Amino acid sequence: MSERYEVRLAGKGGQGMILAGIILAEAAILDGKNAAQTQSYGPEARGGASRSEVVISDGEIDYPKVTQADILLCMSQEACDRYFHDLKQHGLLIADAVHVERMPTSRAVVVPLTQWAEEATGRRITASVVALGFLAGLTGLVSRQAMEAAVRAHVPPGTEEINLRALAVGFEQAEQFIRSQSK
Amino acid sequence: MTGKLMQGDEACAEGAIAAGCRFFAGYPITPATDIAEVLARRLPQVGGKFIQMEDEIASMAAVIGASVGGAKAMTATSGPGFSLMQENIGYAAMAEIPCVVVDVQRAGPSTGLPTKPSQGDVMQSRWGTHGDHPIIVLSPSSVRETFDFTVRAFNMAEKYRTPVILLMDEMIGHMREKVELPSPEAIEVVERVSTSVPPEWYKAYENTPSDVPPMISFGQGYRYHITGLFHDERGFPTQRLDEIDPWIARVFRKIERNLRDILIYEADEIEDAEIVVIAYGATARSARHAVKQARARGYRVGFLRLGTLWPFPEEVVERAAERIHRVIVPEMNLGQLALEVERVVGRRKVMRVGKANGEMVTPQEVLDAIVRGVSAWL
Repeated sequence: MSERYEVRLAGKGGQGMILAGIILAEAAILDGKNAAQTQSYGPEARGGASRSEVVISDGEIDYPKVTQADILLCMSQEACDRYFHDLKQHGLLIADAVHVERMPTSRAVVVPLTQWAEEATGRRITASVVALGFLAGLTGLVSRQAMEAAVRAHVPPGTEEINLRALAVGFEQAEQFIRSQSK
Repeated sequence: MTGKLMQGDEACAEGAIAAGCRFFAGYPITPATDIAEVLARRLPQVGGKFIQMEDEIASMAAVIGASVGGAKAMTATSGPGFSLMQENIGYAAMAEIPCVVVDVQRAGPSTGLPTKPSQGDVMQSRWGTHGDHPIIVLSPSSVRETFDFTVRAFNMAEKYRTPVILLMDEMIGHMREKVELPSPEAIEVVERVSTSVPPEWYKAYENTPSDVPPMISFGQGYRYHITGLFHDERGFPTQRLDEIDPWIARVFRKIERNLRDILIYEADEIEDAEIVVIAYGATARSARHAVKQARARGYRVGFLRLGTLWPFPEEVVERAAERIHRVIVPEMNLGQLALEVERVVGRRKVMRVGKANGEMVTPQEVLDAIVRGVSAWL
């Protein structure tokens, strides 16, 4: 079986988790990999739990959903409480400090994604794109070039520049984070 | 770049366009709405018509009307809407009107879980409309296959003058994955059988050697009658047994004699297997994952994936289970296709892995069943 890389992006409806999943899957494909993106959400348009899952592989993807996540992004407390148990033993948990107070593990990477988004673009909604940049910068899962192209292709028309700025902030913060860890 | 990210519902819409569909009537419902959204944009680009109707009953009626008018026609819905369409699906079956009905299954009954997947309409797709009638039901397992099966659905509908149900599920409909669509030249597109007999000789329901009477669109100068009542060769109501019985025999025969064309399935390492997993739709993805894991552990597991659910591929299933003690049928319902498998291979051989709560059957659940199934008779 070829290597599967599983990413779960979880938060609340309206935070852009599903769009983030689409962007990540598109970037993986632009990098020449195989990707499948699925989602789970309630009938309401905003609020309620919302999650998006992306499986990335060099080979064929049969089961398209997460079995044990390699990366878990939590943009709400509920998401963190609910999905931590599905994270791999040495999987990466990224939590937005603005929305998540109680951490299930001391190994969590807790960063103020929504605050960075607000400072960089003035819009909290871009936090999901900041998160994507941070996640990609931290793991190298997809290339920056592919990420930028994928953001351009999928964000609402007219918001490309704002979202690319959000993405750049995510990548920069990831670099800083790596530097701070290696000290 | 080879391949692009595409959603199942989008692939269905594109498959319809590629197959020559030029009419869509429907009413929005999660998780099928995306099909309508794409076709609302795409159909006018290719000279087709899109219409949002007042409900699903009218949608199905409009599809039948469009088909009689000569257009390849389709609608797309989900559980509650599919229930509303049943009466007119029966009309299409009785009047032998080609059409494609897409049901992107969500958990039910009633409005159920609108955003969650299910395979709970397997029996409804077969018997949802009243009375004995043949039907063709296809169930895709991937985004690419959704494209292919939509094309096949149109081809079969036109070729055999019958409604064809494309039974998707929310997982496949909403999933996005990397796909490479075939080039237009590589796609086979079938047109309905026509005739060059003069109008006064034409019989819309004539018993022909192929069992599929030629179909001429309304408006071509050929006058004939269409009804939901049992009818004679000219389409007029009848109660004569010597007209009813040949009709019944013919509409079933036209499907049964073409099973080679209609039955789509994939059999993998069935020959020396000690256990076989039979799956379809999104659940086939979980099943394949589990089968690979089981093989890696040394189990000899065969895998049979059914693309055509109805007519039920009896002989295919029978052959696959011939020398085997255990057959596992995972599905997102409490055992609907399993009933058919049990009918064919015997109840004691079949292990059901069913779930109707809006969650996918996981690979682990199928794997557990494989392990239990193998040890049960050792």
